[in-house]
Amino acid sequence: MQLARVLGEVVSTMKDEHLTGLKLLVVQPIAASGESTGRALVALDSVGAGVGEHVFFVRGREAAFPFYPAEPPTDATIVGIVDHWTTE
Amino acid sequence: MILARVVGTVVATRKDERLVSTKLLVARPVDPSGKADGNYLVAVDTVDAGFGETVLIVSGSSARMASGMKDCPVDAAIVGIVDTVEVKD
Amino acid sequence: MQIARVVGTVVATQKNRKLEGAKLLLVQPLALDDQPRGTTLLAIDGVGAGVGEKVLVVIEGKAAGQALGRKAAAVDAAIIGIVDQVEVQG
Repeated sequence: MQLARVLGEVVSTMKDEHLTGLKLLVVQPIAASGESTGRALVALDSVGAGVGEHVFFVRGREAAFPFYPAEPPTDATIVGIVDHWTTE
Repeated sequence: MILARVVGTVVATRKDERLVSTKLLVARPVDPSGKADGNYLVAVDTVDAGFGETVLIVSGSSARMASGMKDCPVDAAIVGIVDTVEVKD
Repeated sequence: MQIARVVGTVVATQKNRKLEGAKLLLVQPLALDDQPRGTTLLAIDGVGAGVGEKVLVVIEGKAAGQALGRKAAAVDAAIIGIVDQVEVQG
């Protein structure tokens, strides 16, 4: 899982039927320092996250699990909104 | 998932039989502002995307969860055509 | 699996139901010379690790779910060991 900041929203009318009704957000992965790291990507939202919030997301096959028994084709899903984090 | 722009098609007559009659597109990943980077990938199209369109691509084993791709040997599938991307920042 | 150092903790009240009660730690993967390698990740702590410790992280969903003690949980990384020592030859 990775920390990220929600940058924006994606609107798509024509999409896989299993993505219908799900929110697509643009997320920018960040390092523990809070700095951006790597390329922004699109993740499904399973927790009601919004633009500007800090979140964490899961990658891979497990990204579909929050929607069980539905199996939307996703490789990245936001599974938590970060209240705060601390580093040494 | 990543955002990408469709820049071409791939024609492959001889391919895995599970890929027969699938449409293969060449796509370049783009950032949220639409700027392309230098890479490209080949993805199976499941939503009838076309040249020049911005699309959503799902990668890895999750690509097999796209409609009609169950048990197919694919690692990237186009699962949406992007209408708009709204980004604050 | 990767060797990483625990660099922080994360608090998230609003999260996927299957993640309730999970201890989430920020880990920085390390190269063999202990230099940071790649970006920081979030991992489920399955062994009671603490900040500053060197740990063994598995980046694979099924194993991470087992560390959490839940099937089909939306997790992809878990701390499954605390490293006492790494010996490398050559």
